[in-house]
Amino acid sequence: MTTRYRLLLVVTALSLLALGAITIGLSVGSVKMSFADVMAGLFDPAAPASSVIRDLRLPRTLAAFACGGLLALAGALMQVLLRNPLADPYILGISGGAGVGALLAIFFGLGVAGLNGFAFAGALLAILIVFGLAHGDGSWTQTRLLLTGVMVAAGCGAVITLLLSIAPEERLRGMLFWLMGDFSQGVNPVYALIGVVGVGLLTAPLARDLNVLIRGNDTAKALGVSVTFVRIAVYLLASMATAVSVTTAGSVGFVGLVIPHLTRMMVGNDQRVLLPTSMLAGGIFLVLADALARILIAPQQLPVGVVTALIGVPVFLYLLNRTRYQ
Amino acid sequence: MTIRHTSSVDALKAIFKVDNVDLQVGQVQVCNSLGFEIYPGEMLAILGRNGVGKSTLLSNLAGLPRGQMSGEVLLGGKSYQDWGARASACWRGWLAQKQQDQFSATVLETVISGRHPHLNRWAWESAEDRALALASLDSVGMADFVDRDVLTLSGGERQRVAVATILTQNPTLYFMDEPLAHLDLNHQIEVLSLMQSKTKRERVSVLMVLHEPGLAYRFCDSALLLFGEGEWLYGSAAAVLTAENLTRLYGHPLLQIESPDGEGQMQRWFVPG
Repeated sequence: MTTRYRLLLVVTALSLLALGAITIGLSVGSVKMSFADVMAGLFDPAAPASSVIRDLRLPRTLAAFACGGLLALAGALMQVLLRNPLADPYILGISGGAGVGALLAIFFGLGVAGLNGFAFAGALLAILIVFGLAHGDGSWTQTRLLLTGVMVAAGCGAVITLLLSIAPEERLRGMLFWLMGDFSQGVNPVYALIGVVGVGLLTAPLARDLNVLIRGNDTAKALGVSVTFVRIAVYLLASMATAVSVTTAGSVGFVGLVIPHLTRMMVGNDQRVLLPTSMLAGGIFLVLADALARILIAPQQLPVGVVTALIGVPVFLYLLNRTRYQ
Repeated sequence: MTIRHTSSVDALKAIFKVDNVDLQVGQVQVCNSLGFEIYPGEMLAILGRNGVGKSTLLSNLAGLPRGQMSGEVLLGGKSYQDWGARASACWRGWLAQKQQDQFSATVLETVISGRHPHLNRWAWESAEDRALALASLDSVGMADFVDRDVLTLSGGERQRVAVATILTQNPTLYFMDEPLAHLDLNHQIEVLSLMQSKTKRERVSVLMVLHEPGLAYRFCDSALLLFGEGEWLYGSAAAVLTAENLTRLYGHPLLQIESPDGEGQMQRWFVPG
């Protein structure tokens, strides 16, 4: 089976699964609805379920799908960039930066717009700091990038703990929910949807370069890859994907680490297949995780990050053990 | 210092020119005003003690800068910069001393990555590319390993996959950093014979770092010795690879033994005294 055929097959299958997952995402919630009611609510503005489906569940489900796609794509890109299978979208401090921004906004009682603006600004700041410092001597080695990012993340972690410890009681819950990742507070899916399409399209022409880049910088260079350009492009694309997702839904964990691994085991490590597959699988996973977050202890809702972590941790440990004994 | 060429390679037009190259890495002066030319069909061996800068020199000559280099390196009359990254990669291949695999990939996926510079951005590998990759694997005796994960290969098997990858890239100029690393004796001879017949048949050229002067004498047309502190000696294998030069090169007395091979050619072997 040629690679191209495999890509077509996998993307078709996952697109159908994605439609199924989104339908499930629209169907579950505190108000019980039949499939017919859901469809009527989706397509007919006069139907009784219309406002619940269109104003609440549809934006939430689409946001979960887009954020899952962004995080899985960013994770796969970071793993190539750092040539480390354990890298995830948050490893270079982007979620830390966004977290500091978001918590500051909550701390000062700013509204949703302020929170999103602060979170995105924090993420951008972290991206620029890591980029500038890792770029320092022009070498841009994996180790330097990784250490710079991990240090920025550690610094942000300290500021986050500081804000949590001095925050007034009534704001703590909002802060914790934001940090765990959460779709329950009137999310806006537009930026995440634009982001996932945009980053996906911009990554596509680089995919074969990434196949070669995995084999080492010098080997890639000898095979005609403009290594510095491609690595900077990958860093910026992965960072922007992460920043948009974190701004939309907070730092949802484990999607960016586990999904690229799972898809790599299923479809191999050809980036032309892996990147689109990860994107779709990440979207499906997060939509289903968010559906679970709504029904596990209904009528109360869990932050979706709790669900992804509860699934992600055992799955990841299982995979890690399996590969060790191979 | 240069000894004039008297070997069998044709003196039509040099494919590769090195002129007045000074190279320094950290505290090590690898060469001072190094100059030589490589002709189509030529095989050159680079020899020297550990840490003298053989790999560094080879990677600089292959257009992968390390340390501080001055002077001119011309590939088919143009510098690497003038060619650009992609066009250079169609001209020259580089075999790394160590293969660094972090992720699983099949042997075929790894080998076919050699076609990367020949394909435009949106193209997929064609049936011909695949056939070339399979033929390359066959020529290093790895045809049965097509679907194996590279992470599960032994050192010698991985090395032969790397050789198959550069063969699939199919360049005019091969830069090979210790192509015999991890290989058994029979595979060492196989790889050298393969490169020798390829150079003579297809007029491609090879520059490689070797550790065994006897093999360099048997398979290479010319040799470059790096003595350290910038000193070097370049010339035909017969002129350069002598007990006297090699004793000085390795800092240990070497005996030269001459014996005819299967085809009646006189071969030289060097034995530590």
